[in-house]
Amino acid sequence: MSEDGGTRVVQLPSGERLLPPVPGTTREPLGQPAPPAAHPPVQGVAVVVGSRPVSAYTELTIEAPDIADTAAPGQFVAFAVGGPTSAMLLRRSIAIAGVGEGRISVVVSARAEGSRWLASRRPGDEVDVVGPLGRPFPLPPEGTPALLVGGGYGAAALVGLGGLLRSRGHEVAAVVGAGDAARLCSVDDLAAVAAPFVVTTDDGSAGRPGRVTGPVAELVAGAGVVYACGPMPMLSAVARLATDRGVPSWVAVEESMACGVGVCMTCVLPVVGADGRSRFARSCVEGPVFAGDRVRFADVGTLPPDLVGADAMQLAHTPAEKGETP
Amino acid sequence: MTTLPEVDVPSVDMQASIGGVPVVSPVLTASGCSSFGRELDPFFDLTSIGAVVTKSVQLRPRSGRATPRMAETPSGMINSIGLQGPGIDGLLTDELPWLAERGVRSFVSIAGARTEDFAELASRLRGAPGVLGIEVNISCPNVESRGEVFACNPDASAAVVAAVREAADPAHPVYAKLTPDVTDIVSVARACADAGANGLSMINTLLGLVIDPDTMRPVLGGVTGGLSGPAIRPVALRCVWQVHAALPNVPILGMGGIRTGLDALQFVLAGAGAVSVGTAVFNDPSAPARIHEELAEALGERGFGRLADAVGYAHRAPDEGPPGRHA
Repeated sequence: MSEDGGTRVVQLPSGERLLPPVPGTTREPLGQPAPPAAHPPVQGVAVVVGSRPVSAYTELTIEAPDIADTAAPGQFVAFAVGGPTSAMLLRRSIAIAGVGEGRISVVVSARAEGSRWLASRRPGDEVDVVGPLGRPFPLPPEGTPALLVGGGYGAAALVGLGGLLRSRGHEVAAVVGAGDAARLCSVDDLAAVAAPFVVTTDDGSAGRPGRVTGPVAELVAGAGVVYACGPMPMLSAVARLATDRGVPSWVAVEESMACGVGVCMTCVLPVVGADGRSRFARSCVEGPVFAGDRVRFADVGTLPPDLVGADAMQLAHTPAEKGETP
Repeated sequence: MTTLPEVDVPSVDMQASIGGVPVVSPVLTASGCSSFGRELDPFFDLTSIGAVVTKSVQLRPRSGRATPRMAETPSGMINSIGLQGPGIDGLLTDELPWLAERGVRSFVSIAGARTEDFAELASRLRGAPGVLGIEVNISCPNVESRGEVFACNPDASAAVVAAVREAADPAHPVYAKLTPDVTDIVSVARACADAGANGLSMINTLLGLVIDPDTMRPVLGGVTGGLSGPAIRPVALRCVWQVHAALPNVPILGMGGIRTGLDALQFVLAGAGAVSVGTAVFNDPSAPARIHEELAEALGERGFGRLADAVGYAHRAPDEGPPGRHA
């Protein structure tokens, strides 16, 4: 990667460019990193005021006016689970699916013990919650038509954005997909704000059979910006479709987080920074919303040698030795 | 009728000391568990705790290891971050000024691969604003000894401590952070104290492993990871107890699974003059401030007027009774 201050060609180790070159230039500029939220997070105990099953998931509504007043679409909250003496110490970070009247709602996928505890909260129960966390989806210039793409319960993170874009006069299209009909999420909420609106399932049990990428490839031509939330392979595919068309995209990633507030350094992924250099960026405070063409999806789970500071890791043992800070 | 004064637990003098330097609270953050402090600013007043113990910094920026870097375990977690950080230049340019401008004390953790690395880092910290002292993370592989971890060898540990003490600002107390993954922690503690350490931080994480039963491979990208959280608290407490018993005049910064004021009290009673709150911050980002309050209350309830009077109190002879009681 050139450091000479001129046009910086961002080229992945695989040899591919992050963006196709534009005639007369080396390449298009990358999308700008999402700016931080305007308001700091708050921590507190909140009362659960609603719980309802939503297909394979549970939608929880909690009374948290200080979070609801400042939350923006794309942000998330982090719950402590299991009560004050819980053996489960790590917070569960979940996208905010809805905000209104001093309340926020989240869609819980009860996959393991902690999320099952959360999904089993009933109205009147109290939960310790921190939020709003992370960087919101940046909003597009006036009049830009938007395409929203949600995978599984990730679709819930797009509901607030869809409503906000519509209220600001944007055309909104949406594609929502999942493995099967039971794992679709927020279908009615997104159908109410998006047209065209397409549902896909891998097994064909609802909507069009197949992945979201089919309809996204068709609809991206009419979009001025793409927003996506869902599993990493889906985000990678959607961001590539947008980038190949020269359409800016914003992806909200679902990395595993321990704290949600930026101190543990576990939720990192390789991202191209504003200076063109790649770093391990924390998805909690530098994300979860990233410009789709800045995330090095193919390198997630690896240590790319061109990352800032990767050269200093050569002395690191794998695995760590006894007595070592791993 | 006159109103009786509210019966209250008398206030406890919580002033503590880090290697002779007074601090307003015996509760600090723990290295690697609060980054460089600023992310916790929304949750509590950072000037109300003893210091922010920064993530270990090295001479050069480090990317850290590949993900996954973390796995939850019963009452704890294992991590394999790989000391991701900005290097000493980034620390001095971006992080320490932010803390100093707000009046937050920093206890800077340094790490290196050679004895000289540690000395250079200590020397670079001379005159840096807001620095309370230096915690020497000797849980690093020593490249000049075929990767043996400094903290596992009393001589290598002593060499690093002596070099840091020599290079550091004389006003900066130097604490050596010890690993529990040794046969005899007292011998390493004694070597560090003899080499000039002003105090000892204990304990670092214990090396652990988690295997995913679905993939049937280790969860972490780095394979092994450091175990932390309440799961290791009895081990940490045992280490503090043993070292305080052997070296009663060496100040100890106690850590390892502290989640409540009563947990912190155990460390104080075992001999720690101050404590670090680490993994609990992931569960409760305001934990350091809460634990300070809970510890003050716990000391007051037990008749202590000063924190200092409780340090090492569990080591008293069997015939010495609790404070404030007629024997």
